Amino acid sequence: MRILKKRTAISTDPVTLSDRNRLVGSSSTVVANLGHIICRPNIVAHVNFDHAAATPVLPEAYQAMVPYLTEHFGNPQSLHSLGRPAQQALELAREQVAWFINCAPQDVIFTASASESNNLAVKGLALASRGRGRHIVVSAIEHVSVLEPARSLKREGFEITVVGVDRNGVVNPEELARVLRPDTVLVSIQHASNEIGTIQPLEELARVCHEKGIPIHSDGTAAIGRIGVDVAALGVDAYSFSAQSCYGPKGAAVLYLRPKTRIVPLIDGGIQERGRRAGTENVAAIVGMGRAAEITREHLSEWAEHMSLLAKRLTEELPRRIPRLVFTGHPTQRLPGHVSLCVEFVEGEALLLMLDDAGIAAASGSACTARTLKASHVLLAIGLDHAVAQSSLVLTLGKDNTMAEVELLLDKLPPIVERLRAISPLYARFLRGEDPYAVKTGQTGHNEENEG
Amino acid sequence: MYSEKVLDHFRNPRNVGEIKDADGVGEVGNPVCGDMMTFYIKVKDGRLSDVKFKTFGCGAAIAVSSMVSEMAIGKTLEEALQITNEQVARELGGLPPNKLHCSNLGADALHAAIRDYLRKKQEAK
Repeated sequence: MRILKKRTAISTDPVTLSDRNRLVGSSSTVVANLGHIICRPNIVAHVNFDHAAATPVLPEAYQAMVPYLTEHFGNPQSLHSLGRPAQQALELAREQVAWFINCAPQDVIFTASASESNNLAVKGLALASRGRGRHIVVSAIEHVSVLEPARSLKREGFEITVVGVDRNGVVNPEELARVLRPDTVLVSIQHASNEIGTIQPLEELARVCHEKGIPIHSDGTAAIGRIGVDVAALGVDAYSFSAQSCYGPKGAAVLYLRPKTRIVPLIDGGIQERGRRAGTENVAAIVGMGRAAEITREHLSEWAEHMSLLAKRLTEELPRRIPRLVFTGHPTQRLPGHVSLCVEFVEGEALLLMLDDAGIAAASGSACTARTLKASHVLLAIGLDHAVAQSSLVLTLGKDNTMAEVELLLDKLPPIVERLRAISPLYARFLRGEDPYAVKTGQTGHNEENEG
Repeated sequence: MYSEKVLDHFRNPRNVGEIKDADGVGEVGNPVCGDMMTFYIKVKDGRLSDVKFKTFGCGAAIAVSSMVSEMAIGKTLEEALQITNEQVARELGGLPPNKLHCSNLGADALHAAIRDYLRKKQEAK
């Protein structure tokens, strides 16, 4: 109750760092632990509802990293003793990550980002099997780091089939079975969606692939750190994720590869990662990832329960306070702490800027927020209108978010939406009883094709 | 990514609204492409005595609309027709390169409203 009172007292202004420390209660100790990182005074501190972009680094992970940026700077591949601590740390991290996702340490390939892991999986697995066939299948809602490598494989003579999703964003296993062919050499379907929160029936999809002897890769970037990941139980042949999704640092990521799976490396020229990924390892980041993986596995169920509770409050209360919201993704088969919706008649980037002014960080799939200025392929794939997709708002909660922060958003968002709707000609049309999304004849403008 | 001036016009847009008995109305963009702007004008003695707008779009689109309305009020129709999207972007202290095309339609919307006024005047004769 005391915390709630504090919130009310500051609810009309942006949250300052000191306010936030009071707001988040116990989490302020985390800030204190990193006290040597100087926070500029008067900077607007953010309530982070965009954990999909980056999770804060666990203090324990940070502490574990420091020696490998200072005294243990050696190269893990060195024969001499300067490299030995780095080499041992690398192998400990490999064991920690393996324990995290339930595989053997030698099945873990360290990379620099989830995008690299996805590229390595899609290109590496497809090219290794090109003698058997040149057909690969991806879902319509994959991340661009899966879709683009698939597209570039077209130039190598591969054929790509994009399997669609239903309006909840789920790939139907029967539909997947229908598009598989004798010459299919790879299927890549994400574990869960960053944008709409939907969790795929991955075990079933893997079974469908394996019945036909086809390997399946899954991008787990959105799932990791939110739900338990057991690659053995899932039955996948390859699985990607990055440390920054599970309270580790940027610059470290994983591609799990089932034993005896053949892969063509993207980077040649070194024996690191058993020849599958050349280049000196980012030891400190990998060490941080290992420690973060260990802690995340230990605490995941309590964190997930906490995040779900906060998300439940948001999904129940937001529609009471703001009319015309469209929630996206599967209503129940979804990531804990993931809230995705469209705020009709209001554009997503404008929402994010105003939330930012109110001290809240969030994300959107609106075309205007994307550098490419294209409407989100994920939101279009689940059948949303272009204009509705423009009003996307994605809130990804983390373990440190508090109910007070949720209440802050519930207070701040309705007047922001009201302000932007008051400016919106679509809302004016809606109030007049017209079709808000009608494209009137003679209306000039531009379309996706000639943007940029 | 936005200049302070853009953010100021976004946070405090000038001349938002509709004019019930507008002399001209212009609309550009459409909901499908992301940004949509509707401009309303009042004309007195050959000058724009009032300009109001409504915009569905990103921060840049709202700031552009606000800036155009401010630049246009008090100008003669001829002067207002000379306002270009490039001038508007310049007045705002620049726009991110990827927003120059899509959100920078304010002058077009204003011109559409003026042409609507001129057409109505022609028809009345």
